[in-house]
Amino acid sequence: MKVWKYGDDINTDMLFPGKYTYTAATAEEIKPHLLEDLDPEFSGNVHEGDILFVGPNFGCGSSREQPVLGLKAVGVQAIVAKGFARIFYRAAINQGLLLIECPEAVDAYKDGDEVKFDATAGTIEVAGKAYNFPKLPPEILEIRDAGGLLPYTMQKLKEETRS
Amino acid sequence: MGKTFAEKILAKKSGQDEVVPGQIVIVEPDHLLTHDNTAAIIGKIGAELEEFGVARPDMPVIILDHVIPAASEKTATNHLNTRDYVKKHNLKNFFDVGQGICHQVLVEKGLAHPGNILVGSDSHTCSYGAVGAFATGVDRTEAAALILRGKTWLRVPDTIKMTFTNELRPGVTAKDLILHIIGDIGAGGASYQAVEFHGNITSLNMEDRLTIANMGIEMGAKIAVFEVDDQTRAYLTSIGVNESEYESVWADPDASYIRELTYDLSTIEPVVAAPHKVDNVKPVTELEGLEFQQFLLGTCTNGRLGDLEEAADILDGKQIADGTRLLVLPASKEVYEAALEKGVITRLSKSGAIVLPPGCGPCLGAHQGVLAPGERCLSTANRNFKGRMGCKEAEIYLASPATVAASALTGKLTDPRKVLEGVPQ
Repeated sequence: MKVWKYGDDINTDMLFPGKYTYTAATAEEIKPHLLEDLDPEFSGNVHEGDILFVGPNFGCGSSREQPVLGLKAVGVQAIVAKGFARIFYRAAINQGLLLIECPEAVDAYKDGDEVKFDATAGTIEVAGKAYNFPKLPPEILEIRDAGGLLPYTMQKLKEETRS
Repeated sequence: MGKTFAEKILAKKSGQDEVVPGQIVIVEPDHLLTHDNTAAIIGKIGAELEEFGVARPDMPVIILDHVIPAASEKTATNHLNTRDYVKKHNLKNFFDVGQGICHQVLVEKGLAHPGNILVGSDSHTCSYGAVGAFATGVDRTEAAALILRGKTWLRVPDTIKMTFTNELRPGVTAKDLILHIIGDIGAGGASYQAVEFHGNITSLNMEDRLTIANMGIEMGAKIAVFEVDDQTRAYLTSIGVNESEYESVWADPDASYIRELTYDLSTIEPVVAAPHKVDNVKPVTELEGLEFQQFLLGTCTNGRLGDLEEAADILDGKQIADGTRLLVLPASKEVYEAALEKGVITRLSKSGAIVLPPGCGPCLGAHQGVLAPGERCLSTANRNFKGRMGCKEAEIYLASPATVAASALTGKLTDPRKVLEGVPQ
């Protein structure tokens, strides 16, 4: 597992340039351009299970969801941030990508530290020290547990059609 | 205890007596905006659309504006698939290529009502706070789910109260004001929160309010909203939306805020947002003389009639500097035609402007006016992110239409008050 570290106010143009927004929609089309203007090393070297440690307001700017789709598709396990922009946060819930809002953990992390987390308990451990992060409300966990917003919506539509 | 705008509207729309910040509510938005991303959105739910159809056919508003006319076979196919979808499901709120930028067209067509909830798969959906609507951006997947089910969840936000005192001085515009505010509180300064504008809003016309609300997202705000006043009502009446068609909502005087800020409008100066963050705001006077190759006047932030007129007045028949380009994009066909009738387009063109079709154009770097490495663009848009205009080695500075026009004359960053006769700096 590799940890990728980035700074403050990383916007969605840096995570996925706007010039591809209307030509790349599928995971395979998105992957080569992920983080293209932020870190050209990322897309070729990211592996299943990797984690991002980032500053406040991560994912600000455009509502484009390609960054979330792409990070999920390459197997990023979680993003640990000092804070997330709200549309990005919502998009991550909708795709079932785990976001951990925990400024203390971001401040504590040093290169090479061991990182463990428990999404259900809402805890993250950095170099043996545990920190709590806010868990999602039950209504929202229902979306994540269904596997994302579209599977959740199908489930609800079928229930509503039957009743 | 009184309630904020967000608390009142979300309680009303979720059928509850009251709600509190942090609470999750289920709402049926009055409208869902999608644009060129419509094709990708319906592409996610092809089979389900066949089976369940569109939940509320009056809800979707579809406006093609981002890459218009199409720049490639791929973008042309997106438009084609969108037209097929609109026809098949008999959706009446559809505006094809050429009508203008979604955030301008939706307002002009009378689809943003005070007291309504609008969501859109575009971050600048917050623009409709200018007419007293609760309006916020969502992602494409959320839009797909809304098309099928017609409802979604919203978290009740905390609210920042911003109070304006006095008036902007000549040569200083609403764009300078909102850039100043973003520079003050930061790009994430209103994250997850609602922003209400109070105080002396009467000196800000509807175009000014649209510029300000449009940039709410650049401070992270969920919504950025103005109270409905005589100007709002008069504007809505002028576009055929009568008072009987809407019910305005506004905060109680004793509402509880997470933060309260006051801005004295008379102290605001012309400013720019320097690369590569919108909160990197500096006075124009600090960077005067910085050279630019391209100037952009338009976008959902500043492509309205008043913006074009202001620029034409400053250019005043003179030529833009040698070796520079001034791109002008009216925000909509209506703005374009009004500007044509008033001779504004002719004046801009005679000063050397290249007039592009009403749409998003160069703002997102997908086509038209892409920058070369090492070039600088002074733009009236809302974002100066690295790579935003198609080239990560180029620089984008954000400014008001007045500053863009004054600077286009010299090819260098210029304080518009220097050009405006009799205006003190």
